[in-house]
Amino acid sequence: MSRIFVAGIGAVSPAGWKVAALRGALDKGEPLPVQALPRPGWEKPLLARLVPNPPVRPEFLAHPRLRRTSPITHYAASAALEAAAGLRSKPDANNFRLGIVVCLQSGCVQYSCRFYDETLKNPATASPLVFPETVYAAPASHVAALLENVALAYSLVGDPSAFLQGVALGVQWLEENRVDACLVIGAEETNWITADALWHLDRRATVTAGAGALCLCRDPKLSAGIELAVITDAHTFSARQSRTQAAQAMRRQLGKNSPGELLCDGIGDSPRTGAAELAAWRDWAGPRVSPKRILGEGLMAAAAWQCVAACDAVAGGKFAAANASLVGSNQQAIGARFTAVAQASCL
Amino acid sequence: MLFPTTSSPRTPARVVVTGAGIITALGIGWTPNAEGFRAGRAAFRPVSQFDVSRQRVKTAAEVDLPSILPPTRLGARSIARLDRAGAMLVLAALEAWRQAGWEPAENLPLVLGTTAGGMLLGESYFRQALQQPLRHCQQATRAVYYQPQVQARMVCDALDFSGPITIISNACASGGNAIGHAWDLIRFGQAERVVAGGYDALGEMVFSGFDSLQALSPTVCRPFDARRDGLALGEGAAVVTLETLVSARRRGAEILGEITGYGTSIDQHHLTQPHPQGGTTLMVMKQACASAGITPAEIDYINAHGTGTVLNDASEAFAISEWAGRRAATLPVSSTKASVGHLLGGAGAVEAVVCLMTLREQWLPPEIEFETPDPACKFPIVNKPQDARVNAVLSNSFGFGGVNAALIFRRWA
Repeated sequence: MSRIFVAGIGAVSPAGWKVAALRGALDKGEPLPVQALPRPGWEKPLLARLVPNPPVRPEFLAHPRLRRTSPITHYAASAALEAAAGLRSKPDANNFRLGIVVCLQSGCVQYSCRFYDETLKNPATASPLVFPETVYAAPASHVAALLENVALAYSLVGDPSAFLQGVALGVQWLEENRVDACLVIGAEETNWITADALWHLDRRATVTAGAGALCLCRDPKLSAGIELAVITDAHTFSARQSRTQAAQAMRRQLGKNSPGELLCDGIGDSPRTGAAELAAWRDWAGPRVSPKRILGEGLMAAAAWQCVAACDAVAGGKFAAANASLVGSNQQAIGARFTAVAQASCL
Repeated sequence: MLFPTTSSPRTPARVVVTGAGIITALGIGWTPNAEGFRAGRAAFRPVSQFDVSRQRVKTAAEVDLPSILPPTRLGARSIARLDRAGAMLVLAALEAWRQAGWEPAENLPLVLGTTAGGMLLGESYFRQALQQPLRHCQQATRAVYYQPQVQARMVCDALDFSGPITIISNACASGGNAIGHAWDLIRFGQAERVVAGGYDALGEMVFSGFDSLQALSPTVCRPFDARRDGLALGEGAAVVTLETLVSARRRGAEILGEITGYGTSIDQHHLTQPHPQGGTTLMVMKQACASAGITPAEIDYINAHGTGTVLNDASEAFAISEWAGRRAATLPVSSTKASVGHLLGGAGAVEAVVCLMTLREQWLPPEIEFETPDPACKFPIVNKPQDARVNAVLSNSFGFGGVNAALIFRRWA
């Protein structure tokens, strides 16, 4: 059995453009303010938590490939660069074979809406520059071009629990020695149509956007003090297994909590949506953090933030271990545990 | 557990195909498709699914879906929620499942490739949201059922199995990657059996997108022809059931072919254009051969990605010629997109099933419209129906964004 370590983490969220901003918002524990999102045809706007503009224009936006990209690529790239910073500063960084797994649920909605709107108005003038940016694979392609030494890149689509499938895929590539390190990124952007869809499904949820990234590796010397201990099975919702049963099966595989462990759950503002996960973790007596309550419903980005928050808590020495509970909306429940690496084994 | 996993077997398991389902504009199922591909029949016609009156190109390869789906475990309400893409996926999966003779199961992984999933429902959602902003009827259902993982769950429910669902969306390489990923799962001991495939339906947005790029052929799709002027779009689905050779033998299953090699990588040259010298294409073909333990001399046919665009075919021709070396002069190549168009996320899976057909029935699929080879082609293009001795074939799939995949299949005799 091989050991897998987390070499770095990255995040962009409505709290700001670094893990530190995410950490600050979660530590504060207060829901971030919401903004009005005009909805065509409605007098009353929808509500969202939008990602603020970065304090300084990120340098990576000068890369030719990122010139016309939409925010989802900016978020994914920023989180990826932050997570991979430790690797990129190493003298042999260029010899690294990087893997990239970008996980999405809603994907490139901004340009998709824009392009389809242009098509409906007049397909003859629909922009050929916009269309390629509508595909799910666009962010992974751009991040690969930015990082250069990328050997493999996949885009996975699913409900938010698929982020941990992305982590499992990255682990598989590492174990098969196809890559030396793997960035797993969860990213989303938002606009009125995503907010509208969420309004139809869960009126208490506030849509948001951003990205989170983990950089995985096998070399303990590259570890940021975090080890991946467990990813549970994917407990798929089906005619045989309800969402509640799937969440409980995931919980059983993660085991009972021990002192000094943190739970990063996916509970948001909707009791109905959170019921299955709440039931699964009813006996959890330890500390927990619920990023969606603070940041909003960021779909795949929110799942990534849960894992980033878990890793950050472990790396910062606050907890010996942290669990991430990903009970998806319509696919599956998966959980993971991250543990602290003793300093001696990092060296 | 997804991690830690049990140790990989010392010798990777051999992976065979025991069921295949295919839906294209040539027909529903193996038989009409095999007849059509063998004859090189082209299935293009004026688009009827949406308005193309203001588009530059007005034809595509549309599937004639049956008005009623064959019986499965899906109830009437679920069936009513399937869009064209979902219906094609369920049909293809049903054919593969029946052929394999698999029974209801738990913990059976499903790996699918798609670029658009239920985009047709997404388009309906968008139109209603804009044109009737105060009308909410059906919107919540569309918001759920356009998601590919929900369509994948419909497949599970239809065939009464459950297990982890993985949706790979590497653009037009998705179907090839899905089968390659499934092959990996079995080879490295993470599963004994996997259902895998790819699908995509023709949609207004995607059609308009390719038209806006002027990537669609206003004449005829002729991959690798010096006069080629673009691709043609199609729609469809293909699903295969993969299992270890041990499992297939234990069940006494009929084996359609063996998957022996897979390669995948990413071309970082451009979002929509391949590198002119096809470096990554060359790499994935080499990877696939290395994993299969064979050389280009042992490949009897290449089912090329061959979209019919100037840039793709030139790059792929360069890479195939370079990879095959002296073998190129006698290595038959064709692109079945000349018959059914480019199926995007479904392409790699449909072309995988075409490869199984060539291995099972010992013929090569021709491009009937092909006349004048591109100078970069150092290999013969199959342009007439022909029987052939086929023991090993290679299938290429490349996607927007640069992900390339190559699969190698071997005859089972």
